[in-house]
Amino acid sequence: MTVHPIIAALRRHKAGVVLIALQIALTLAIVCNAIFIIGQRIERVNQPTGMHEENDLFLITQQWVGAPSADDPAGVEKLDSMQQADLAALRNLPDVVSAAPIRSLPLLHSGSVGGIGLKPLQQKDTIDSNFYYGDEQALPTLGLQLIAGRAFTSADIQHKPMRDQSEPVLAIITQPIADKLFPQGNAVGKVIYLDSSSTPTTIVGVVARLQSAVDTAGSSLTWYSALFPVRQDANFSRTVVRAKPGRLEAAMLAVRPALYTVNPMRVIDEEHGVRSFADIRADAYRADLGMAILMSVVCLILLSITAAGIVGLTSFWVGQRQRQIGVRRTLGARKIDILHYFQLENLLIAGIGAAIGILLALGLNLWLIIHFEMDRMPVIYVLIGVLAVLVLGQAAVFVPARRASNVPPVVATRAV
Amino acid sequence: MFTYYLDLALRSLRRNKALTALMVLAIALGIGASMTTLTVLHVLSGDPLPGKSAQLYYPQVDPQDIKGMLPNKEPPDQVTLIDGLNLLHAGRADHQALMSGGSVPVQPEQSSLDPFYVEARYTTADFFAMFDAPFLYGHNWTDAEGEAKAREVVIAKSLNDKLFAGANSVGRTLRMAGTSFRVVGVLDSWQPNPHFYDLNTGSYAYGEQVFLPLQTMLELRLDRNGSTDCWGNGGGGVGSILPSDSCVWLQFWTQLDSPAKAAAYKEFLVHYSQDQKALGRFQRAPNVRLRSVMQWLDYQMVVPDDVRLQNGLAFGFLLVCLVNTVGLMLAKFMRRAAELGVRRALGASRRALFAQLLIESGVVGLVGGIGGLLLAMFGLWLVRQRPSDYAVLAHLDLSMLFTTFVLAVCATLLAGLLPAWRACQIAPALQLKSN
Repeated sequence: MTVHPIIAALRRHKAGVVLIALQIALTLAIVCNAIFIIGQRIERVNQPTGMHEENDLFLITQQWVGAPSADDPAGVEKLDSMQQADLAALRNLPDVVSAAPIRSLPLLHSGSVGGIGLKPLQQKDTIDSNFYYGDEQALPTLGLQLIAGRAFTSADIQHKPMRDQSEPVLAIITQPIADKLFPQGNAVGKVIYLDSSSTPTTIVGVVARLQSAVDTAGSSLTWYSALFPVRQDANFSRTVVRAKPGRLEAAMLAVRPALYTVNPMRVIDEEHGVRSFADIRADAYRADLGMAILMSVVCLILLSITAAGIVGLTSFWVGQRQRQIGVRRTLGARKIDILHYFQLENLLIAGIGAAIGILLALGLNLWLIIHFEMDRMPVIYVLIGVLAVLVLGQAAVFVPARRASNVPPVVATRAV
Repeated sequence: MFTYYLDLALRSLRRNKALTALMVLAIALGIGASMTTLTVLHVLSGDPLPGKSAQLYYPQVDPQDIKGMLPNKEPPDQVTLIDGLNLLHAGRADHQALMSGGSVPVQPEQSSLDPFYVEARYTTADFFAMFDAPFLYGHNWTDAEGEAKAREVVIAKSLNDKLFAGANSVGRTLRMAGTSFRVVGVLDSWQPNPHFYDLNTGSYAYGEQVFLPLQTMLELRLDRNGSTDCWGNGGGGVGSILPSDSCVWLQFWTQLDSPAKAAAYKEFLVHYSQDQKALGRFQRAPNVRLRSVMQWLDYQMVVPDDVRLQNGLAFGFLLVCLVNTVGLMLAKFMRRAAELGVRRALGASRRALFAQLLIESGVVGLVGGIGGLLLAMFGLWLVRQRPSDYAVLAHLDLSMLFTTFVLAVCATLLAGLLPAWRACQIAPALQLKSN
């Protein structure tokens, strides 16, 4: 079948053609950008934190009432013994595998960030990194994968007040930091300087992955984390606990009675005092998930409306061309020819729409990059979008086109 | 004539129910989605203190050391304690207050209640007058009492309800963080949105339960939260320890009643920076800002990106719905070419036909608008079910309700223009002949 008569016919329906093409173009632009955003959000939600079996973990945040001040050494010692007593009680619980003091957890959106440099008293730090502080049980409790060097031993652990300015002696860093600072490899045993300090910190181990505790919105900080063998003393404490598999609920329930038995003079927040890591994770990604769902719903509705629009307008054209269809049938056109005619016509319009749509989609992506710091959209999303609108067009046109193909030849001879 | 056209429109719409339903649905979905997101945006970018916010200014000075200095870099978002106190004691503004946020444990007298934490604001006395905080009972502490580190507290209505069953609790004692405080005032419900005076603690639907004199907090070393930015070898201070003087962690707000005063105050900030540099405290050239509340909110970009993105998406969606409606309307009107031809032949003017067709599209817009309104209400209900901090604020107000209808009817009238104009171009003779 030649395209020429189709184009000639479409010339007589300029407004309708322009409208359908425009609608398809807009739909394509919105849908492929939306799918791109959905994809990014889902990718973000699914990225592993680097902690093994993280659903067995939970975090305890508590504060002592009337705790001694961390300003003087005696107060610090008292705070440390209080924290040690809590840890001992938690580690003795039947459903607990291990427990460790910790400054923060991945995705908690509250943590400590500092600079790491390669030279003492460096004016500008080489990289920013998350600083995690914990004891010798922190690494196994978090379930981090050690890929070089060694874990901390109890002899490595220092304890000091949180405000203390002295830098830790040892550190475990993540692979991305090792790759960045020591591209030639072999980071273990090397020396780094924290926060432009003059005292060196020695790297004893490298873990594969540990996600950021603060909200980094996709920056390199997301995978830059360092763990220091320091138990921090303050009037509050955070403890990460690994429950035995399947015993999370029971372990979490046992925490409050156990801690109140050690020392009743404390506040453990009703809602957030004892939180499962699954909850922390869900909280961190709730907005992303909501956005992904919303975008999906909007895309679906948008595609449905565009499909309905195509059905509506094509039905009208079929109604309008009853006689012409009848004439073609009388002159020997088969049903399939009529069907193909409308399908080809739609493909043509949708093709024009898609061509404009590609430009609009890229323009929209550019606008999003400027105003929302979005990434550049890979071409594959545009291709998926084009394919989607072409298939959608064919599906939508099928019903009215089949009705057209069923127009009997006799219509041609009958006066309307 | 209008009622006749209305009757014609309804008949025509009834004749083709599926097409009408599709048009109404498309309009309703488009309007519903865009009104939902527009309402959220409207609520989130609202003025926290209407009528007052234009006189409130947020001074910023730059006390950082020379390291990492870049030209045109913004000064820190907060002030150090020493700068805050200096500016406060200079007293150059009509009102001024230095403040920070934190949380304190409340130990209720009732044994039935466990100790619990409440959000606290540590501030100097002018806070209440400057921000028009309404008192239900009592009044705030005075400047002199603040300076004397009085153990006095102003509590929010909700805490008063919880602890004192809503009674006038002025003069009663409240134990917090191991210290007894005397209640001097109870605030009526008051919660500016966004929480403009300290955005670190959450921008929306955040309200402090207790207000304490800043000097009292400094003496008792109560817990702070919010943001602390340090440079050099400044220590951030954790728990009971205060941050050092090379850390910014307080907010300083001023009320300046006229633009002239604001300009003068900015001059003063420059002089202050010069003086501090002469003293050796500041190392950088004067780098000051004086933003009003709305400028400050704008600069801090309090409206979440996702909300703006959703709004853009919704309007894109509305645009597609409108194009869709134009197409369907065109189909519908052109299909009635014969009928319109007859009417033209019988003497109806083009204007009359145009009016008739526009009324028809207006009816679609009105019905779509009602549908859109219902959908927007449902959409806002969905937004309220979400756990974001701004969720509870998502309500349709009267102005947005009105906007919905105007938008819906205008949008469909606009969508009806082209099809109606095209339909009116029909030459009656040609139409009649072809039949």
